Amino acid sequence: MTEPNHETMLEVSGLTAFYGKAQILFDLSLTIRRGEIVVLLGRNGAGKTTTFKSIIGLLPPADGEIRFKGRDITHLPPHKTCNLGLGYVPEDRRIFTQLTILENLEVGRQPPREGFVPWTFERLFDLFPNLAERRNQDAGTLSGGEQQMLTIARTLMGNPEMIILDEPSEGLAPVIVQQLADTIRRLKQEGVSIFLAEQNLNFSRFICDRAYIIHQGSVCHESAIEELSDKEYERYCSI
Amino acid sequence: MGFYLVQFLTGWADASGLFMVACGLTLIFGVSRIVNFAHGSFYMVGAYVAYTLITHLPATGMSFWGSILVAALVVGAIGIVVEVLLLRRLYHAPELFLLMGTFGIILIIQDLSRWLFGAEDLLGPQCPGLSGSISILGSLMPQYDLVLIAVALLILGLIWLLLNRTRWGILVRAATEDREMLAALGVNQSRLFTGVFFLGSFLTGLGGALQLPKGGADLLMDLNVIAAAFVVVVVGGMGSIQGAYLAALIIAELSSFGILVLPQSTLVMMFLVMAVVLVIRPYGLFGKPESMVHEAAGEPSATLRPAPARLKMLGLALLAVIALLPLVAGEFQLVLLTEIAILSLASMSLYFMMGPGGMVSFGHAAFFGGGAYAAALLVHYLQTPMELALGLAPLATGLLALIIGWFCVRLTGVYLAMLTLAFAQICWSIVFQWGSFTGGDDGILSIWPSAWADDKIVFYYLTMVICIGGVLALRAMVFTPFGYTMRACRDSPLRVDAIGIDLRRHQWLTFVLAGAFAGLAGGLYVFSKGSVFPDEMAISRSFDFLLMVLLGGVETLFGPVAGSAAFTWLHDQISRLAFWQLILGSIFIVLVVAFPQGIAGFFNNRFGRYFGAEPQG
Ligand SMILES: Nc1ncnc2c1ncn2[C@@H]1O[C@H](COP(=O)(O)OP(=O)(O)O)[C@@H](O)[C@H]1O
Ligand SMILES: [Mg+2]
Repeated sequence: MTEPNHETMLEVSGLTAFYGKAQILFDLSLTIRRGEIVVLLGRNGAGKTTTFKSIIGLLPPADGEIRFKGRDITHLPPHKTCNLGLGYVPEDRRIFTQLTILENLEVGRQPPREGFVPWTFERLFDLFPNLAERRNQDAGTLSGGEQQMLTIARTLMGNPEMIILDEPSEGLAPVIVQQLADTIRRLKQEGVSIFLAEQNLNFSRFICDRAYIIHQGSVCHESAIEELSDKEYERYCSI
Repeated sequence: MGFYLVQFLTGWADASGLFMVACGLTLIFGVSRIVNFAHGSFYMVGAYVAYTLITHLPATGMSFWGSILVAALVVGAIGIVVEVLLLRRLYHAPELFLLMGTFGIILIIQDLSRWLFGAEDLLGPQCPGLSGSISILGSLMPQYDLVLIAVALLILGLIWLLLNRTRWGILVRAATEDREMLAALGVNQSRLFTGVFFLGSFLTGLGGALQLPKGGADLLMDLNVIAAAFVVVVVGGMGSIQGAYLAALIIAELSSFGILVLPQSTLVMMFLVMAVVLVIRPYGLFGKPESMVHEAAGEPSATLRPAPARLKMLGLALLAVIALLPLVAGEFQLVLLTEIAILSLASMSLYFMMGPGGMVSFGHAAFFGGGAYAAALLVHYLQTPMELALGLAPLATGLLALIIGWFCVRLTGVYLAMLTLAFAQICWSIVFQWGSFTGGDDGILSIWPSAWADDKIVFYYLTMVICIGGVLALRAMVFTPFGYTMRACRDSPLRVDAIGIDLRRHQWLTFVLAGAFAGLAGGLYVFSKGSVFPDEMAISRSFDFLLMVLLGGVETLFGPVAGSAAFTWLHDQISRLAFWQLILGSIFIVLVVAFPQGIAGFFNNRFGRYFGAEPQG
């Protein structure tokens, strides 16, 4: 496994965001370094998804700054953020149900990126053998776990340097969660930085390097994953 | 046998032309969710441009087909200009505002075409080498019709290949499902939209150009074809190309054979097919339900509140002005004000459905014109006195709304709106084609008020009392328990359903109320004008009401009144000018771009605080 070097990939500072008149994020700051897997923990409604949408450009922030690989992306539209190498896997998966699996992957295709082995259909089918058998099937016919794999594969087709995953293990059977963990670690070996939201602490412990906890729209804890005590976790995240 | 075969092939040829228009419309709708009313205008431009080219070039097959291709390309380019300069600015505005922009384009293209190509109907040139007929089992079949069938099939095949075998096509299909996700995967939506707009416009331009030898070119083509194209798109399922082809075929064959049985039924037939299909399959033959989940998060609708004290004062002041006006105003101004009041009531009833009721109607003229015809027929055939006729008109249109509403409340969104358009067209066709009873195109004349009201000032007061009463009654209804339920039905249909409220019944009642009040306005209108013509039921009339509501802004209760006043006044000011449609269209477009909340919404934002209302947006 490559050790994380200390180059900053993503830097969020003072992020503030609203839905209409309701403020959701309050002066939120965090940093992801190259090669790291970082988890954003928090209760339902804490603001994890909102944080991700703001970073991607789906919800333009009211205040604050977002930098990706040193470049200011605060006000970039989503397609430009993606073109810079930041991939996004939304929590509700949002596969294109009327397109085949191959077509879903095609939608995600972006040019190769320097320093990374480009993803091809074949490499992805290697990583997700279940998808390979069904490549010409409509994506709407896949099971929940397969759909989750497809969204990840689709985002990988964009050859991202960093991926944001919103609650990837939610609603998946334990076996599938295990597969997912293996996949994410494999991606880390490929040099992809990963920032994911989770409510599953064990899963996070198993794959992550560092953790942030978000509570009512601001970061209230940051540490290496080993240093996060159950007590601290429960204080902010138990229901 | 040969006769029926030729009849079938002729229907197929008609279907082919219809398909090309509908195909572009459905592509554009699928990707951008824009209901492009200007699509018919693009079709007309295609016909005119091709006509001009063909008649100026030597009559060879090469120049004929070349002209048609060039015309389609020109229309495609116009599509790009419209998308880039106008629609792109409006993608984040409420969908209805896009409609107003496309209405503006219709008006502008109307006047530009009149100016460039003249007002006379142009007889289409024949296609060199294909102007003859061939004999099929003893019956004659125009060669050109067979070519049309082949061309449409070729286009169907090419588009299928484009959508299923190219990356661009895959992106287009993905955009039809989830635009936001597509952007998050790095696809520049603007460029994709422009491309789709080009293709859609190109196809309709091609359709317009190709039908020249069959139909020629005239200035009524735009609205005539748009109604038919909408029916095809909706019957086929919005966004579905195969659906559009099948629907075009069904409709064209039904009219082709229907004309043998009942020659007067062709117009009605088309819309009847649509109504039947939508009741059985609410999303058309190949359509998918509109997804509610992944629509970009819109602004929540502003909360409507009862008028605060200061606004009430303003209202009273206005009433005083209206009451005293006959002392100073001339007859001409009174007539204009009478018209504004009547149209305000009609557009308020449309707003009642659209705003609080959440059901957009593209066919409100059915009720306005329906009321007008009900009153006129009662007077004409039964010598009914004005007072009684005014009472019966809303009853008649309420009944009409009861029937139409029964079908419409089964649907939602654009499908509902399209179905209202279809029913309005049925009503219009009946009035238009049943000349022996309704006077057809000549209308019904000499419908004057009772003697006591037959004075401009008295009629002015009568109209004001009825219309202000009607507007206030509709407004008051929004704040009754029924009104609250109505808005709850609009905002969260699923939850309303879950707590046991009968959603459809409430929507149905809303529909009937709106229809009745529009009918009352229509009745008054007849007596103010002294006559009625089918135009009062036509699509363009429905569009007028939509424009009035949109001008006023759908977020405010007095918007329709402001919108009607603005629209009628503007219309009156400029309709004597040479290119008034051009001017009016441009004004709409500027308004949409500058004030995406409508006039009343704009004032509400600016001065609302003073009158105790919450600012919006
Ligand atoms: N589209 C929306 N409009 C208004 N409020 C929203 C919307 N989406 C989420 N919220 C609110 O924002 C807060 C944070 O939500 P979210 O970021 O989805 O939380 P998480 O992903 O941590 O569960 C919640 O209180 C939620 O109710
Ligand atoms: Mg979430």
